[in-house]
Order: sequence, then C-alpha cells, then structure tokens
Amino acid sequence: MDLPHGALVNYIFPNNEIVWWSILIVIYPYITGLIAGAFVVSGLSHVFKIKEFKPIANFALIAAFSFGLFAAVPLLFHLGQPQRAFEIYFTPHLTSAMSIFGYIYSSYLILLMLEIWLIYRPYFIQQANSTTGLQRKIWYILTLGVTTYHQDSAKIDQKLILFLAGIGIPWAFVLHGYVGFVFGSVKAIAWWASPLQPVIFLLSAIVSGMAMLMVMYTFVKWRSKAPYDYPLVKKFTAFLWGIFILAFVLEILEVLFARYESGHHWAIIEPLLNGPLFGSYVITQVLVLSVIPVILLGYVTLSNSKDKNMLHLANLGSFMLVLQVLFMRFNVVVGGQLISKSERGFVDYHWEIFGGEGVLVSATILAAPFVTFYLVSRFIPIFENPAQR
Amino acid sequence: MKKIAADFDELDSVSRRKFLQYAMSGAATILMVQMSGAAATQGRGKGWKQMSTKHQYAYVIDINKCIGWGGCVRACGQENDVPEGVFRTWIERYVLTEDGVYVDSPKGGSEGFEPVSAEIQKKVKRSFFVPKMCNHCENPPCVQVCPVGATYKSPEGFVLVDHDYCLGCAYCVQACPYGARFINTEKHVSDKCTWCYHRVKKGKQPACVEACPTGARIFGDLMDPESDVSQIFNDSQWMVLKPDMYTSPMCFYVELPREVV
Repeated sequence: MDLPHGALVNYIFPNNEIVWWSILIVIYPYITGLIAGAFVVSGLSHVFKIKEFKPIANFALIAAFSFGLFAAVPLLFHLGQPQRAFEIYFTPHLTSAMSIFGYIYSSYLILLMLEIWLIYRPYFIQQANSTTGLQRKIWYILTLGVTTYHQDSAKIDQKLILFLAGIGIPWAFVLHGYVGFVFGSVKAIAWWASPLQPVIFLLSAIVSGMAMLMVMYTFVKWRSKAPYDYPLVKKFTAFLWGIFILAFVLEILEVLFARYESGHHWAIIEPLLNGPLFGSYVITQVLVLSVIPVILLGYVTLSNSKDKNMLHLANLGSFMLVLQVLFMRFNVVVGGQLISKSERGFVDYHWEIFGGEGVLVSATILAAPFVTFYLVSRFIPIFENPAQR
Repeated sequence: MKKIAADFDELDSVSRRKFLQYAMSGAATILMVQMSGAAATQGRGKGWKQMSTKHQYAYVIDINKCIGWGGCVRACGQENDVPEGVFRTWIERYVLTEDGVYVDSPKGGSEGFEPVSAEIQKKVKRSFFVPKMCNHCENPPCVQVCPVGATYKSPEGFVLVDHDYCLGCAYCVQACPYGARFINTEKHVSDKCTWCYHRVKKGKQPACVEACPTGARIFGDLMDPESDVSQIFNDSQWMVLKPDMYTSPMCFYVELPREVV
C-alpha cells in the first residue's frame, strides 16, 4: 500500500487506533437522510402539485415520520454518557456545529407530527365516532377532543397543511445540510473537510429517501396485491434519476477537484482511495452502485415502457441507490477516520458484530422505522386521502 | 526542578459562566430552555472565583534533548490513571533514510525503543525522538466543537475536560488534528493531557516534565520573563506542529525537523 509523506511503514498515532465513530454514526446520517428524502416527496405533491405523486404523499409523510422517530437513536446509543444527552438542549455550546442538532431535529419532528395530525384528523374523528370501548378512547385521544369536522375545518386544515409542507421543505434541507456540515467542518480530517459536504449530504439524503420510498411502495403494493400506479413510478423514477445525477456529479467533482489541485488534500486522500477505500468507495459506491443506477433509471425515464419490466428496472436501480447512499455514509464517516492524523498511515477498521456499537444493534435500529411504518399502516390508511373518506 | 508560581483559582466555574454567556447570547428561540440550563449550571459553580489572567503557561519540547527513554509516558500514565492502549503523551521515533521516513511509537514509547532493523540502519541519515501531547492550542478546535461546552480553555491556557459534564460523543476527538484526544474506556468520556493541571495549581511541574532526565520537556509561565519557556520563546527558533491548521498551539518545539507531522 502507498503511504503518504514518504512513510516507509504504516504509522498511526497511538490514539488513532480506534475508530471512535463507527457503524452507529454511519446509520445516523443515513436515517436522517431518509426523513429528508421522504418528506421532499410529500412536499412535491402538497406544495409543488406534482399530481402523479398525490397517491403517495401521505405514504411518504408516514415513512418520513417513522424514520424521524429513530434518527437520534444511534447517537444516543453511541454516547459514552447517554444520560447526559439532554444537556445538548439545556446548555448547548453554540460554537459547536453539533449543538443545535437537538433543536433542528426536534422541531422538524414536531412539524412532521403536526402535519400528519392535520391530514389524519378527519380519520381520527371518524374512527372515534364509529368505534366503542378502549378503541374509541384511543381514537378520541388522537382527536385531541375535537370530534366534529366541517367544511370550514377542512379549509383551515388544508391551509395549515400547505403552510407546514411549505416550511417543511427548507427545514428538511436544513436538517440534512446541517448533518453534512457537522462532518464537512472538521478541518482535521481531510476526507471530510469540504464546503461541498453539506450539499452532497443533502442531495444524497433526497436520493436515499426517494429510492427507499420506491422500494417500499412496490413492496407494499406487491404484498397487498394492489395494482401498481405505472405513471407514478415513471415520474418518480425521472425525479430520482435527475436528483441522483446531481448528487453523483457533486460527489465526483469533489474528488476530481482535489485530484486536479494536487495539494495536501490529495496527498492524503489518494492513498486512502487507492488503499483502504478502494473496494468500498471506488468499486462499490462509484462503479457499481452509482454508474449502473444512472443507466437503469435513465433507461426507465427515457424509454416509453410503462409495464412491469419498467417497474422491475426502476426498483433495481432504486434498491442500488438505497445501498449507494449507505455505502457513501460508511465511506465518509468511517473512511475519514481511517486516515491517521499522523498522515503516515491508515487505521484498520474492525467490524464489531455483537457489541454496543456493533452491526446487530445498528441493524436493529435501522429496522425499527420499518416496523413502526408497518404498525402505523395497520391502523391508518396510508394511500387514501383521509379527508375524502 | 523549578517550582511554578501558580496562584490561580479553580477554573471550572469560570468556563461554565463564559459558556453560559455564549449560550445566553444565542438564538432567541431557545431562550427559555437556556435559562433553565443557566439555573442548573450556576448551582454547580457556586463558590468559585473570578478568572485569573496573571499566568499564560506554555510547554517547550527540545528535540535534541529527548533520548526516547519513555519515563515521561510512564509517569503520565501513573499520575493520571491513563487506561491501557491510549495515551495523554507519547514519544515518536523518527528515522530518516534514503528511501523515506520510518516512524514508530511502540506502546507510546513508554518502554523505550528497540533498535530498528539492520536493513533500515544501513540507510539511516538521521534519527530523533519527538514527544507529543495535547498542544493546549490558543484556538482549540476541540473546544469549538464540544456540543455542551464540557471542554474549555482556562484563562491560564489549559485546555481541560469536565468529566462530569462530557457526553462522550467524541466530536472533539475527531476535531483534534494532533490525535491528542481519546475516549477514556473506563470513564466513557473524552480525555487528554491537562498539563497536570492538578499539580501545576499546587506549584508543581507536570509529571512528564518532572520525569524527564534530560530536560527535553520544559513547562512554565510566559508571563514570567525569567522562566525557561519565556527565554526559549524569545530567543530560540521554535516551531509548532501542523501550523497550517491555524490552531496556535502552546507547545513549542525547538529544532523540530520538517519531516515531523
């Protein structure tokens, strides 16, 4: 392996032997990204009136909420002193890029809950009025005590929903751009330090959220043996394709720029990309999980087909993008820490399976939003418009 | 061994107040929550005194004098109860050869160094030892990134960690360009060299300085013109590590070769 700074042996600083931010911190920006992406889809329908997306606007919102509930959980599990986590709310140190995360994340979650409540309010009322016993009590609590619903209520609700969806889009962008900022502003880690990082994180967030929605939509329709909405899939693929091209171009530009500049930055990054990250970044993230989806989704978008083959190709491309963003998060979060600050060596990353920050815990946290989504979808309609019932 | 004039007060309350000032001047939207935090932290700081500006401490490392014995690393480990595998200070051995640079630091240099291989010995141009530690930067990125202000800079120049307040998020570990920070695997909080703050405030030297048999490690007050650090700072050619990081380290190296990162 080539080493930077004319190093003859792999030398890492004694305190750099441990990758302090491991797989849990990989799934933290990943889940956060899924929220932003899913929310954008609902926003495209509610705010930008993309009519093809209307059938999945609420579905996207429920998905965003399910992801949102668990976005901070990996952070909590990662903290050495999780019982002090609330100090970030009570005494945030405002020079820290991380200090405001609690506020941005919580306010976003509240916004999501509020929007979902307004959309499903008529359904809660209807259920509260048509059930009895314990069920009625639960539905009644969800109505917050208001069990009548008029045309006027609907009008006001619609305005509020539009307003929340409107401010939700920039807020979702802030949430995820912010996560990119947390990494991009660390000058000590060359692979992170880039002003493009917030933009790249944001775009890849939208990609991951949209791609995940496509896969979830197809799965739910397949499981429930419901017909697929091909015009929706087609339009959705076109959007996903376009946004991914933007994300991918920026990801590559960042590296190409460093390469062309050939400065200190590249002196450290080049051996990283040719060494420890060659398999997971160059081959997997770029060549397999980026180039192939661009071709697949491009074909679906540009061809005239609106059949099951198109659906399969769109899902294959989307599934690859779901993985692409997961790899991207890994390659950024863990990859950055593989460069020792000695600048003369690379750290070995050891996969932990059963530990507190292991694969098992991470996979469980990553699975939790899907279980939540399933449970929620058992009780409320995710594809119908509750106001029209 | 020189005694240190150290008539300064406990620092934690000062940093907490300063931190609260930052916090209170922040976004209006979070004012209410800030105030509840203020009440909580003011309670913690009760009885502590105003900040001192009488001292500005600095650390000097003379590369020509370090023999790589490792007593400083051992002394630090014992004095500060440093867990195995992580280091508040360590020594690196640099061997410059015709083919490139050989660097190592087995067990942080705590047990000294075995000779390098015969193959490398044949090509040696120069070799030397470089002690490393927290640089107690004037512009510390670790302090900047701490989300709750658990790590802070004292008026006398110590960068410290409040172990009762640290979340253990490791953001400061990432932000330090020098690899000086680690997560204490026993306490589950961020940890690093304190320049033996607990000793210095009693007028003693840091444990590593006291353990160094050759005087390669020098600690003192820049506000005292007679101190060794003042004289070296004024007279010698000194360098800091990674100057391009603009952290303004307060550890100064004498005769630092350019190969050192």
